[in-house]
Amino acid sequence: MQEILDELERRRDHARLGGGQRRIDAQHAKGKLTARERLDVLLDEGSFEEFDMFVAHRATDFGMAEHKYPGDGVVTGWGTINGRMVYVFSQDFTVLGGSLSETHAQKICKIMDMAVRNGAPVIGLNDSGGARIQEGVASLAGYAEVFQRNIMASGVVPQISVIMGPCAGGAVYSPAMTDFIFMVRDSSYMFVTGPDVVKTVTNEVVTAEELGGASTHTRKSSVADGAFDNDIDALLEVRRLVDLLPLSNRERPPERPVFDAPDRIEMSLDTLVPDNANLPYDMHELIRKTADEGEFYEIQKDFAGNILTGFIRLDGATVGVVANQPMVLAGCLDIDASRKAARFVRFCDAFEIPILTFVDVPGFLPGTGQEHGGVIKHGAKLLFAYGEATVPKVTVITRKAYGGAYDVMASKHLRGDFNYAWPTAEIAVMGAKGAVEILYRSELGEPEKISGRTQEYEARFANPFVAAEKGFIDEVIMPHSTRRRVTRAFAALRGKSLQNPWKKHDNIPL
Amino acid sequence: MFDKILIANRGEIACRVIKTARAMGIRTVAVHSDADRDALHVKMADEAVPIGPPPASESYIVIDRILDAVRRTGAQAVHPGYGFLSERAGFARALEAAGVAFIGPPVGAIEAMGDKITSKKLAAKAGVSTVPGYMGLIGDADEAVKIAGQIGYPVMIKASAGGGGKGMRIAWTDDETREGFQSSKNEAKSSFGDDRIFIEKFVTSPRHIEIQVLGDAHGNCIYLGERECSIQRRNQKVIEEAPSPFLDERTRRAMGEQAVALAQAVDYCSAGTVEFIVDDKKNFYFLEMNTRLQVEHPVTELITGIDLVEQMIRVAAGEPLALKQSDVRLDGWALESRLYAEDPYRNFLPSIGRLTRYRPPAEEPRRVRNDTGVYEGGEISMFYDPMIAKLCTWGQDRDAALEEMRVALDTFEVEGIAHNLPFLSAVMDHPRFASGDITTGFIAEEYPDGFDGVTLPGAAQHRIAALAARMWEVVSARAGQISGQLSTADPHAERALVVILAGEQHPVRLNGQGAVSFGDVSIDVTALDWHPGATLARAEVGGVAIAVKVDRRTDGFRIRYRGADLVVKVYTPRQAELAALMPEKLPPDTSKMLLCPMPGLIVTLAVAEGDEVQEGQALCTVEAMKMENVLRAERKGVVSKVHVAPGQSLSVDEVIMEFD
Repeated sequence: MQEILDELERRRDHARLGGGQRRIDAQHAKGKLTARERLDVLLDEGSFEEFDMFVAHRATDFGMAEHKYPGDGVVTGWGTINGRMVYVFSQDFTVLGGSLSETHAQKICKIMDMAVRNGAPVIGLNDSGGARIQEGVASLAGYAEVFQRNIMASGVVPQISVIMGPCAGGAVYSPAMTDFIFMVRDSSYMFVTGPDVVKTVTNEVVTAEELGGASTHTRKSSVADGAFDNDIDALLEVRRLVDLLPLSNRERPPERPVFDAPDRIEMSLDTLVPDNANLPYDMHELIRKTADEGEFYEIQKDFAGNILTGFIRLDGATVGVVANQPMVLAGCLDIDASRKAARFVRFCDAFEIPILTFVDVPGFLPGTGQEHGGVIKHGAKLLFAYGEATVPKVTVITRKAYGGAYDVMASKHLRGDFNYAWPTAEIAVMGAKGAVEILYRSELGEPEKISGRTQEYEARFANPFVAAEKGFIDEVIMPHSTRRRVTRAFAALRGKSLQNPWKKHDNIPL
Repeated sequence: MFDKILIANRGEIACRVIKTARAMGIRTVAVHSDADRDALHVKMADEAVPIGPPPASESYIVIDRILDAVRRTGAQAVHPGYGFLSERAGFARALEAAGVAFIGPPVGAIEAMGDKITSKKLAAKAGVSTVPGYMGLIGDADEAVKIAGQIGYPVMIKASAGGGGKGMRIAWTDDETREGFQSSKNEAKSSFGDDRIFIEKFVTSPRHIEIQVLGDAHGNCIYLGERECSIQRRNQKVIEEAPSPFLDERTRRAMGEQAVALAQAVDYCSAGTVEFIVDDKKNFYFLEMNTRLQVEHPVTELITGIDLVEQMIRVAAGEPLALKQSDVRLDGWALESRLYAEDPYRNFLPSIGRLTRYRPPAEEPRRVRNDTGVYEGGEISMFYDPMIAKLCTWGQDRDAALEEMRVALDTFEVEGIAHNLPFLSAVMDHPRFASGDITTGFIAEEYPDGFDGVTLPGAAQHRIAALAARMWEVVSARAGQISGQLSTADPHAERALVVILAGEQHPVRLNGQGAVSFGDVSIDVTALDWHPGATLARAEVGGVAIAVKVDRRTDGFRIRYRGADLVVKVYTPRQAELAALMPEKLPPDTSKMLLCPMPGLIVTLAVAEGDEVQEGQALCTVEAMKMENVLRAERKGVVSKVHVAPGQSLSVDEVIMEFD
């Protein structure tokens, strides 16, 4: 009997060795952890339960019958992060370069199906050379099966991808359809066609890092949401993110005990907005001083810095934050900012995460670059996302809310639940100078008159009270009481119920 | 007594004067420039009068503006604070003419002491010990060399109108004298518009010790002991204390009596300070007399129990001193640390910006005192002195005051600007400072290459590691209380962690009752006062009470303690084992690059490739948010490559130029 039991352990030990010690050493030499080591970091100690440890491929072409490894290049299963369940797959580069075979894909599909059925997030750790070429179309079919499941799981359970090695060709489209992508600096890259093909087709000479490294995708393409220095850092950040997210769209976001009074007053916020309307200030300060324990989990922090997106907690519960950042491009909305924020708002709405919006927006960025790039449709994405969102929405206008951008930024008119303004708010069609130049064109030659007109306009519109008179602002609040106000607002919105009319799906301007 | 006084100053000193005036039942008037509209002294005063644009030359030192404010508010007296108009005889005279009391000495005393040569002659006449030197004016470099030879090297060449180290040179040889004479003269001319130069003996191993005097208009004058101000950086005082660890009772009395003699020679009334330079054999020489309240006056107040501002106001109102020399008792020890908005890691470059966090340690009578002119959310502007607060502590003896100061510095939270707190902590922990063996050369000798942080001794590192492990226990316990768990986490009675600090792994075990064991050695962490989100942590660690500044990181904490700024990672043993496999990533070496500090547009380039640049020299101008920002060289070097052209727009941290 003991021998039979021992046989299981022997087989397990063999499977755990993946592609063998030599390849494990090579993986370490590249500064990378193995598939199983990564799961050790990602999951609570001892919580991992593996599926399909002994699955092997069925291919025979090109001598593949000789190259069978139990597990077939991907470790799948489930475990917990701070006690909460997640499904995971972790590609094993030591086994045939982590290449995706039919059976490898089946293993991934199995846990994805379970995740959707049982309501828990899917976390994929990607480290794969691509399709298992020896298997031909069977491998491609495998990818497509995974893609289809990514699509079906979208909006049902959070999907998080960590790119921890190569991810090229069709393989990129699975992470592309997940909710968040993290990359590891210097050891991961993503592209549809690699540097060699690029050279052949376009004559461009580019390194893999430049073409699709972590820096490229977090700063230029915005494909990725965060870049981290090494495997450990990236995986610990995933743990932190999962702590903020609901397990599925059937559950509320998690809550945890908090050591920060919900009615904490921050007197320093009364001087956050500078006297001079043209001077910037750092919106991070407002977010941190509003959040529980000063913690802000920023998403896409290296991209479109003119808008900030990320998660905070208020009285222990997760809230998504969108905020214009006056430090970058004066906080203007542009194509990149609109896309970034729109996707974030839709994620929050899909998973019942309330949205807090801080507004200081002088308008949309002008220019041919923007117009020719389609700012109309891209800007509309953010408008659409805010308008369709049915989660609790609380908005605070700190300074400028000009023109169409005022409407877009979670205004009352887009079904904002609580719309607050600081006394420093200026809600108007445009800044005083621009308005006067249009309204009093005939007086432009007379600077004294114009300056009088400007003052007149400022006195009338450079405040929150015109909007408050009309009920577009529910209340003008003191900056120092922002945390107390918004925390109470979200508490009051716990029972919010709002449905959009039935439709197959909407037609957001993609 | 006055009903209302005006304070012709700003910052901490204006606030300090207002406090005493209020305690005396006197109403106060603040004056402020446009940049100080929301400043603390404005908020504290009963009334506030705007006096002009931000530059002091257009506001705080414009006599007419102050007089106008006095007239408008009906203030009966003016306290000038220090700096600005405090030692301008013309100001005192103008007030006198307007029938307003000047809370300071008579015009004659200000004038007599305002000139270095006159004051030295007066001092000599009053029997005050002066540095051997040539009192007359020196015509040319040859004469300077001749006189230097007579006095004996080394000599100090000084501008008569000088101050703050400007127009000052030390010479050890004839050549240096020649050179120093010329450069002092040039500097004196450009800085003070007065190029009179004199020469005196340069005292080696000098200490700066000064005597506080207090006189009234009835001929009474007493001294309130000394202050030692030897810890200076480029003639800027950084740390002061009272009494001096160097003086004996006999020397103290001799210095005090000479200081009083000098004060009486000029009919001094009010608070004043006679500065001496003291050599290693306790010979002391008169340096100058400051005819005003001194920045570092709080240390004297702490050991004498006398409120100097109150005394100044009473004397100005004509009251005779209620104190006799025999009433003056020096009790205990007091230290003062000046908090400067200067970056110690960047050669003490001034730093401006918004104070996103400003939480001084709690003040306690006769233990901790913080004279401050700023508040959280306030702005440090480029227009004024970078000193933003004076932190003072008192103890029965020097060691007690020092320990109190160390803890006070550890719990002083300042964020948003660069500041010298780490440097102050480093000095407080410096064995030579602790021994009292200091001279005015202390900083230059002990930090010849500037300040690059503190490495904690091994025992302190262990304490920090133990504290971090316990804080991590708190973090984990809370993480285990998140909603939606499959099953509650297994509460381990004993828990293993690995703390990584300064590149070293410390495997530890926690017993759940506060003990943290490092192998055979166990450190008890008790009375832990910290929760997630708190920026200060206090605990008794191995019997030592410590307080640290804490910032959360995903993998642990950033901890600041005793001037050290540490990343402390806390891993499970498995995570630590795997973390050891991670390649060390060195941040790109940007020390020889000029990076764009903000997104903006290059307006002008002031240098080209191959140019040699000096520290502080303008390199280029970046426009951001309609503001032009001049970027300057942090140290001297040669421009090896320029990466940008005017008109180009840059993002944060983009390389503008490189240096050799």
